[in-house]
Amino acid sequence: MAILSKEEARKILEKVLSFSKADGCEVNLNGSDGGNIRYARNSVSTSGEDSNISLAVQSYYGKKAGSATINEFDDASLEKVVRRAEELAKLAPENPEFMEPLGPQTYGPSKTWSEATAKITPDYRAQAAANSIGPASAKDITAAGFLEDNRGFTAMMNSKGLFAYNQSTNVDFTVTMRTNDGTGSGWVTRNFNDVSKLDTAEASKVAIDKALMSRNAKAIEPGKYTVILEPAAAGDLIGLMLFGMNARQADEGRSYLSKKGGGTKLNEKIVDERVNIYTDPQHDDVPASPWMPNGLARKKMDLIRGGVVKNLIYDRYWASQKNVEAVPLPGNRIMEGGSASLEDMIKDTKKGILVTRFWYIRAVDPQTLLYTGLTRDGTFYIENGVIKHPIKNFRFNESPVIMLNNLETLGKQVRVGGGGGPGGGGSSLIPYMKIRDFTFTSLSDAV
Amino acid sequence: MKRRDFIQLAGMGAGAMMLPMPAFSRTVDPAEMLVPLMDVKQKKALADVALNTARSLGATYADVRIGRYLNQFVATREKKVQGITNTESFGTGVRVIVNGTWGFGASNEVTPDGIKKATERAVAIAKANSKFQKEPVKLATTPSYGEVSWKTPIQKNGFEVSIKDKVDLLLNANAKAMEKGASFVNSLLFLVNEQKYFASTEGSYIDQDIHRTWPNFSVSMVDRQSGQFKNRSAFSAPVGMGYEYLDGKAEDKIQGPGGIILYNKSYDIVEDAAMAAEQAKQMIAAKSVEPGKYDLVLEPSHMWLTIHESVGHPTELDRVLGYEANYAGTSFLTLDKWQSKNFKFGSKIVNFMADKTQVGSLGAVGFDDEGVKCKSWELIKDGVLVNYQAIRDQVNIIGQKESHGCCYSQSWSDVQFQRMANVSLQAGREQVTPEQMISGVDKGIYIVKDGSFSIDQQRYNFQFGGVLFFEIKNGKIAGMLKDVAYQANTQEFWNSCAQICDERDYRLNGAFNDGKGQPSQSNAVSHGSATTRFNGVNVINTGRTI
Repeated sequence: MAILSKEEARKILEKVLSFSKADGCEVNLNGSDGGNIRYARNSVSTSGEDSNISLAVQSYYGKKAGSATINEFDDASLEKVVRRAEELAKLAPENPEFMEPLGPQTYGPSKTWSEATAKITPDYRAQAAANSIGPASAKDITAAGFLEDNRGFTAMMNSKGLFAYNQSTNVDFTVTMRTNDGTGSGWVTRNFNDVSKLDTAEASKVAIDKALMSRNAKAIEPGKYTVILEPAAAGDLIGLMLFGMNARQADEGRSYLSKKGGGTKLNEKIVDERVNIYTDPQHDDVPASPWMPNGLARKKMDLIRGGVVKNLIYDRYWASQKNVEAVPLPGNRIMEGGSASLEDMIKDTKKGILVTRFWYIRAVDPQTLLYTGLTRDGTFYIENGVIKHPIKNFRFNESPVIMLNNLETLGKQVRVGGGGGPGGGGSSLIPYMKIRDFTFTSLSDAV
Repeated sequence: MKRRDFIQLAGMGAGAMMLPMPAFSRTVDPAEMLVPLMDVKQKKALADVALNTARSLGATYADVRIGRYLNQFVATREKKVQGITNTESFGTGVRVIVNGTWGFGASNEVTPDGIKKATERAVAIAKANSKFQKEPVKLATTPSYGEVSWKTPIQKNGFEVSIKDKVDLLLNANAKAMEKGASFVNSLLFLVNEQKYFASTEGSYIDQDIHRTWPNFSVSMVDRQSGQFKNRSAFSAPVGMGYEYLDGKAEDKIQGPGGIILYNKSYDIVEDAAMAAEQAKQMIAAKSVEPGKYDLVLEPSHMWLTIHESVGHPTELDRVLGYEANYAGTSFLTLDKWQSKNFKFGSKIVNFMADKTQVGSLGAVGFDDEGVKCKSWELIKDGVLVNYQAIRDQVNIIGQKESHGCCYSQSWSDVQFQRMANVSLQAGREQVTPEQMISGVDKGIYIVKDGSFSIDQQRYNFQFGGVLFFEIKNGKIAGMLKDVAYQANTQEFWNSCAQICDERDYRLNGAFNDGKGQPSQSNAVSHGSATTRFNGVNVINTGRTI
C-alpha cells in the first residue's frame, strides 16, 4: 500500500480536491517502506521495518490556512480530512506571509528510483551485516554498523492545477571498526540510490584497514596545518555553508552572506576562483527529486561559480517581496573536482595531515560561519609525500569560507550521503581537497 | 544533541510538513486533544492481547506500550503568527524475548487484530535475529506493581489554555523586544503530553500522563554599519511542568551578577524578551576576549549543557560497552576505571546524582518504559566514579541486581532503550552566593546560558561557548566580553572545580531533544546545578574575519 503509482496517486488527489469548498486547497500524498539493521560488538543488536503513508491537506480562505492529515483513504475519510482542514483554516489567524499555491509546473525527468533497492529483503540486510562482521572478527576488530534502506513516493496536487509525482529509493551504510586493544578506529560511509553499487564487504575493508593503520597514534602540536580532507570530511563543512545560503537571512543582515553597510554578497567572490558548486536534479551520480515539497521545479543551477556566489535561496514569499523568481532549496550539491587521486595528493604533500572524517561539528559564530568539531576514525601525518604515522585526534575551529579561500588542490569526486527518503535524497558529490592553514586548536585523547 | 531541527522550526516559513513530528503523527483540532481515546480498562484488555499472543508464540518475556503522544507548536516572528500545529500519534509497540533475543513490532492499528499482528512481527524478528545472537538477554528482576498510575504534578494543563492566549503572550513578548530596539525576534511555544500505558508478562499495568512545556525565543540585533549581528536566546528552561511555568512569579526571579535577571521555577517571557534586546546591543559592543587561562564562574542555565555532554553521556553504560560506537560514540569511563573504585573523575566537592523523580524535571516519571519504578542514584561521589546509568538487560554486566529505571522510547513506534536520566551536580555544602564566588576571583569570566557545544566521541575533549560573558577583574564584574569559548579535557576540568554555590542557587535547565540510537530517537532531560567555579580553564578567541 505504501508505494502508489502515479495514476493511483492522481486518482486519490483528484478525489480529495473534489471535496474542497475553500478558496483553494493543496494536497500532499507521501508513502514509504523502509528497513534497517544495526549491529555492535560484532553481533546484530536491532533490526526493523516500517511502512507509512499519509495525506496532508492544506485549505485556505484569503490568508488564513489550516492543515490536517490522515492515513485512511476511503471516500468518507477523505472528505472528513478536507472538512477538518477547512475548519482549522477558518479558526486560524491571518498569515501575512501565506502564498497561494503554485500553478502547473514543468519538471525534468526523475532518476531517483532503483528497482534493486526497492527489492531489499531482511535476508539481504542480514547478509550485508554478516559481510561486515565476519572480516572484522577475523582481524581482532569489533564492528558497529548501520544499514538503512528506503523506497518511497511523493505526490501533490492543488486547486490551481498543479500535479507532481516522484518516486525514489535510497540506501545508506556506515560502519565503525575498532581494534580490540582500543587504540585504533576506522570508519566508512556509502550512500546510493541503487543498492547494486553497495558492497558492504569492500566498504568494511576500508574501515578495517584504517582501524589497523590508526593504532597507537602519536600526539603532535595543535596549530595551522595543510590538510587533505576526504570527501566525507569536506562535505560536512561545505554542506553547512550551502545550507546557509538563504536570501532572506542575508537581506536581513544576519548571515555570513550579509554585507557590511547593507545588502548581500550575491555576485561577489567569497572563495577561491577554482571553487564551482552547482545543483542538478538529473545528475546521474546524485539524482534528486525534480521538485520541492511545495511544487517548485528544481533545475540545474550554479550556487558558486569561479568562487562567486551565483544564487541565493528565495522562498516564494521573500521572492515576491524582492520581485525576483523563487529559488528552490537544492536537492543535491555537486562540487567540481580535479583529476588527482588521493595517492597523487599525498605524494605532492611535503608536510600535512590526512583527515578521514569530522565529528560533532557545531556552529560557533554564524556571522563568520566558524565551526568547531573534531577529527575521528583515521587521522594521519604526511611527510615528504608519504603517510608517516597515525596522529591523535584534533579539535578544529574553522570556517568553510576561510577553508575554501585556502584551497591548494582539488581531487576526484566521491558521493557522500546526507540522508535519503522520498524527498529524493540530499546527497552530494564532493572532491578530495587539499587546504593550507587549517586551524586545529587542541588535542583529544579519543580513539 | 540534535538541535538543527529546532532552529529550522524557529525560522520556519509555514506549514506542518516542516515540523519535527513523531512517526505516524496526524494533525488534529486542539479540542480533540482534550478528549481521551480510551479508558484504562480498554487499554488493559488490548495489552493482554499482546501479552497472551507473545506467550503463546514462545516468548519468555513481553511488554506492550499503548501510547498517545500529543504535541503543540505555536511559532511567531515579530508581529506575525507563522504556524500553529497540533499533532497526535497513537499506536502500540510490543517487545518480546524469544530464544534469548529481543524482537519489536509496532502498529498504529490499536485493535486486537492490529496488536496481535504487531506481536507476531516482534516474535518473527526475534527468531530471525536469534541466529546471530552471541549474548543472550539477561533481564534484572523487577517487582510486579499491579495496576498503578502516575501523573506529572501540573497545576495548569497547557493544552487547555486557548491558542489565542498563547499567541497573545508570544506576540506581546515580540513587541517588547522590538520596542527595545531588536532587529528581529522569533518566539515559540512547544507543549508535549505523553499518555502512556505499559504492561508486561510480569504483571505490571502502568498508566502515566506526562507533561512538558518549553517557551523559547531568539532576539536578533543587527548593526548594518559594522555588519555585525548577535542573537540572544531566552533564559527559559524546558520543564516537566504545566502552563504554570509561564506565570513568571516574583519569587522565581533572581537578580544575578552583572545586572541580569534569571528565572527559577517559573518564567516571565515578556520581561526576558525586553531584557534580551538590551543585552543583544551590549553583546555587539562588547570587548573581544584576550585568549588565555581564566577562572570560570558558570551559571546553571549554562552549566547544564556542560554537565549533559561531559558527565551525562560518558556515564551511559551502553556507550561504555560499545553499543553506540557507530553513532553517538563510546566513553572514556571504561569498566576498569569504575572497578578500581578510585578513579578521580573530579575534585572532592564534585557529587553527581542521576535522577528520574525530581519534580519539575524533564526526566521525571513514575515508571520507566520497561516498568521499573524510578529512583535516584549516585554516579560520582566525592569526585570518584561509583556507578553508571543502566537498564534491565545491562545491570548484570556491572554485577548489579536492580535496573536504574532509565529506559525510554520517544514513541510507541520505536523500541525502548537506555536513555539519560536527569544528571545533576549537587549543590555545595558551604554557604556561598554567586556574588561571593565572583568576589574571590582575580581574573575570570562569568558565563550565562548555553551556546555553542562540541565534544569528542569518547567525551574527553570539549569546547563550549555561551550567550552572555562578563569579565571578572579583581573580584568585580568589569563589563561584557564576546568571542569566548573554553576548551578542556573532561577529567582535568572537573578536577579544577574549586567551589559550588549552595542550595539557594540550585536551578534546573535541559533539552527536549537529546539524540541517540540508529534510527535516532529524542529524549528530554534536565540537569541541575548551582553556580560553580573552575580554576585555570583555557579560553580561546573565536572572532574571525571573512
